[in-house]
Amino acid sequence: MDTSLLSQIVFYFFAAVTLASAAVVVFSRSLIYSAFGLLFTFFGVAALYVFLGADFLAATQLVIYVGGILILLLFGVMLTHKLYDLNLKTETFQVAPSVLLMLAVFGVLVLAMMQTAWYNAGPRQPEPTTAAIGTLLMKDFILPFEVASVLLLIALIGAAMIVRRRAE
Amino acid sequence: MIGLGHYLVISAALFSLGIMCVLTRKNAVSVLMGVELILNSANLNLVAFSKYAAGNLNGQVFAIFIIIVAAAEVAVALAIVLSMYRMLRTVNLDRADTLKG
Repeated sequence: MDTSLLSQIVFYFFAAVTLASAAVVVFSRSLIYSAFGLLFTFFGVAALYVFLGADFLAATQLVIYVGGILILLLFGVMLTHKLYDLNLKTETFQVAPSVLLMLAVFGVLVLAMMQTAWYNAGPRQPEPTTAAIGTLLMKDFILPFEVASVLLLIALIGAAMIVRRRAE
Repeated sequence: MIGLGHYLVISAALFSLGIMCVLTRKNAVSVLMGVELILNSANLNLVAFSKYAAGNLNGQVFAIFIIIVAAAEVAVALAIVLSMYRMLRTVNLDRADTLKG
């Protein structure tokens, strides 16, 4: 089989996984189903990163989103409901206007995308990006890098302060 | 052939699904999940442009910074949600109307 055809099939498979699980996140009534839909969305986006030749970013996506953020969200679900309440349902409201707005946003985005003549640099061979990203972070982006580290420290202290039990 | 347009359409769909999630859910944790979808769609756009348009890795570095900010955001937001649950015994966002006059 032609490799280009094969890669197209795999691409459409991961795109379908991403969008279908994102739809599960949005439309499922059960919070647990939403969280597991989010898991597959993150995996699908990581696979799309691999297609785009961003190997380091794909690994980062798996480690931080799946290993960190998703676990935090699951903690949030579990800690804010009674544990014997197995059907953790969530209410929805304003569904019809939101569907209209969603379709309008999607339409406008796709329309704008179609009418723009994107500059295309042409296909390039994918190369390992980790060393290049490390060099960029330490040379061109050193100030944002340091600011991000301070931001993480502030978030750590702030989150601990907010959930701390006040002394009575 | 898979081009830039395919990624942009996927990203637009993820973005609109995230908007839908943020608008319709009453549960605070569900709203956070929608915000994560929106951030992922922005990241996908940045990485796609980094490959097809720019020809350098700046887009990927931007995506890394977005991931960092998303991690910090979700930690602080969940701290706020847990604090709200402790005070109000619910995470329904309609009930968080203490500031309403």
